[in-house]
Amino acid sequence: MTPAYRFSDIKSVRDALAAVGYLCDDAIATVLYLAERLQKPILVEGPAGTGKTELAKSLALALSSRLIRLQCYEGLDESKVLYEWNYRKQLLRIQVERNEEDAGREAHHDEWRRIEGDIFSEEFLLTRPVLEAIRADDPVVLLIDEIDRVEIETEALLLEVLSEYQVSIAELGTVRARQIPPVVLTSNGTRELSEALKRRCLYLYLDYPSQEREREIVISKVPEISERLADEVVRVIGLLRSLDLQKHPSISETLDWARTLIVLGIEHLDEAATSSTMNILLKYREDIDRAQRELLGHASKPRA
Amino acid sequence: MLDVLSGFVDELRASGLPVSVTETIDAADALSVIPLDDVAAVRACLSTTLVKSADHEVAFGRVFDLFFSRRGLPGIPSAEILIETESPDVEEIFVPGRLSGNRRAIDPRELRERARRALASGDEELLTQTAQQAVELYGSVESARPVGVAYYLQKTLRALDVESILSQLLADARSGTEPGERIGGDAMHDNLVRSELMRHADALREEIRREIARLLVDERGAGAVARSMRRPLVEDLDFMHASADDLVAMRRAIYPLARILASRLAHRRRHRRRGPLDIRATIRRSLSSGGVPLEPRFRRPHPSRPEIFVLADVSGSVSAFARFTVHLVYAIAEQFSNVRCAVFIDGVDEVTGIFRRAASIEEAIAEVGAKADVVDAHGHSNYGSAFRLFAQRYGPSLTKKTNLIILGDARGNYHSGESEILQSLRRRAHRVFWLNPEPRSYWGTGDSIIGEYAPHCDGVFECRTLRQLKDFVDRLA
Ligand SMILES: Nc1ncnc2c1ncn2[C@@H]1O[C@H](COP(=O)(O)OP(=O)(O)OP(=O)(O)O)[C@@H](O)[C@H]1O
Ligand SMILES: [Mg+2]
Repeated sequence: MTPAYRFSDIKSVRDALAAVGYLCDDAIATVLYLAERLQKPILVEGPAGTGKTELAKSLALALSSRLIRLQCYEGLDESKVLYEWNYRKQLLRIQVERNEEDAGREAHHDEWRRIEGDIFSEEFLLTRPVLEAIRADDPVVLLIDEIDRVEIETEALLLEVLSEYQVSIAELGTVRARQIPPVVLTSNGTRELSEALKRRCLYLYLDYPSQEREREIVISKVPEISERLADEVVRVIGLLRSLDLQKHPSISETLDWARTLIVLGIEHLDEAATSSTMNILLKYREDIDRAQRELLGHASKPRA
Repeated sequence: MLDVLSGFVDELRASGLPVSVTETIDAADALSVIPLDDVAAVRACLSTTLVKSADHEVAFGRVFDLFFSRRGLPGIPSAEILIETESPDVEEIFVPGRLSGNRRAIDPRELRERARRALASGDEELLTQTAQQAVELYGSVESARPVGVAYYLQKTLRALDVESILSQLLADARSGTEPGERIGGDAMHDNLVRSELMRHADALREEIRREIARLLVDERGAGAVARSMRRPLVEDLDFMHASADDLVAMRRAIYPLARILASRLAHRRRHRRRGPLDIRATIRRSLSSGGVPLEPRFRRPHPSRPEIFVLADVSGSVSAFARFTVHLVYAIAEQFSNVRCAVFIDGVDEVTGIFRRAASIEEAIAEVGAKADVVDAHGHSNYGSAFRLFAQRYGPSLTKKTNLIILGDARGNYHSGESEILQSLRRRAHRVFWLNPEPRSYWGTGDSIIGEYAPHCDGVFECRTLRQLKDFVDRLA
């Protein structure tokens, strides 16, 4: 059986994403295309706010699939990733049995065995995102967001599921995948991920976009903006990103800035407008000072 | 096809990139589902399957250029040439091409005008054309010369006189732009234009470099050029000789390492402490007692927070390392609360507070420089007196949970080493590690007394590169 691919070529990926408002370049589109053909998860790294999470969301939209998201945090464990037993329901069930016992029926050892089988059945299982994704009947996209936040043990667990596409539940046996969904893992690089995980995934480094692509993003997300102001915005952003700052402005900050300028009724950038809104782009005092100097200060002498 | 791919992978490995066999197979699979005449797609395929770290992108790009893109061969899809290695025409296709055949005369004045437009607009196409023509006109390969991209790069840039084009453009930008098209006043306008021109000039330089590499490949073969271009990866750069750019790249790599280091140092005292109630296990257990949860079950506890005390030499002999050290310590301190740090030359001062207050690493370094009171008598490292002061002031706060990490070259300027103080510090602490930024072969020469201290440490490690730092961190596992 040849699987029906939903993207016919690289360009169709690009177009499909553009149709849902995500503007990507050919390198990004190629990776998404390959992920479908080779059925491999994509590991997306890059600075904050470059559209890692948005990529997964847009992919789901483009494929008309349901997005299942696992947001990672320190301490996340199996019971939040795969499944957990609904112990309230289990306790209730046990309670009912005990009441019957009190009512005079003597429960035998065998009977407790039966109850054990009962309460560790599907009915009492709470599926968590990763198990849910591979067991789903409808098309889904699985987003494992900020995987660098979990401990190495949980990472290993995820790796196992992503390699085997099955989950073994002690009380139920092995649960096999009904589908191998597109999987996007994101990382902000706060720690190095295991070699094994990286080997398993296609890798995509999402850097800041080119000036042209960022201009298109601004125009598509902030339609009220004039072409000219959009151009000015991305030029200033371009300069800021070339400085050695602690934190460069991200795409979300570019968009926030553009929206703010519109709200303030600013039609063209100048020193005053830039200076008074700089705190939207930069978060650290020293960065702001530095940017003011480099952008608004008088250069001693044209360096060329 | 696999031949070419494996040659390519070999070269990546020779450049220090860790590429596994499975990844090579993935790359081959990927190539089989894309159009091979699309160089950009071929590049994306190889990069996404073979390179799993942003730090390796640059090295990958260089090797890729050498193997897969020869725009000098008109009409011939580059990847296919390489993939169809069986083809008998290959030799023929490679040799003539641009070097002899269709060379048009290039007018230097036209080229300069093209360069001007390319630099002004930053247009990729124009930049590439400019680079190709500039190299054709000025960068012709001299057969007697050894392979060296840098030589031809300088030669071409000088002949093209990029500097003068840039200053002309800058002057034009002031007078030539209509006030209505400007952003802000003179200063802001100038700054924006200058910054853009600089970035475009960098892009042109990079294009020229790539073009020269390609030309050299035609002449000398990919292998020879690749060998001449191998550069250490970030993780193999020596801290002591790192440039400012290198330091920026290293800094990015340090944060993840700091985190791993700290979590490796965390004790796992599983058997002594209980974690939270494990309801699932409790319920299962209760079934043997007729559904009455008699015996609560607990999860395994999370590892405790590590306790780390870092003691770092910040004297002149290790100043480059000290900068790096401070980065590392700052990164650790930022993420974990149980970290204390002290720096020393011949005096000692704790800088934990400075790190906690500093808003940025630059500020922290400046503060440490300005405020830390580390000079006791002479301002040259004196490990003996530094250890004595450290033991007096901070010795009592070391506990059996503390990992003491000493960073320094153990060059004591012939002062007494007083290693018995280190010995007693080790008795108080959990473990003592020493990271030495000097090459191992220098240890014990001159005033190096690392040998005197080594017996009182749980480990002494050469630590001159990020890779060695990683190895140290791995060994703690
Ligand atoms: N290619 C794009 N096309 C359109 N919008 C984009 C694109 N990339 C990013 N954005 C916009 O930028 C915003 C930030 O993106 P997102 O939240 O996905 O970043 P992130 O990389 O996940 O950041 P973080 O690391 O902080 O989680 C999104 O709201 C989205 O609107
Ligand atoms: Mg995100």
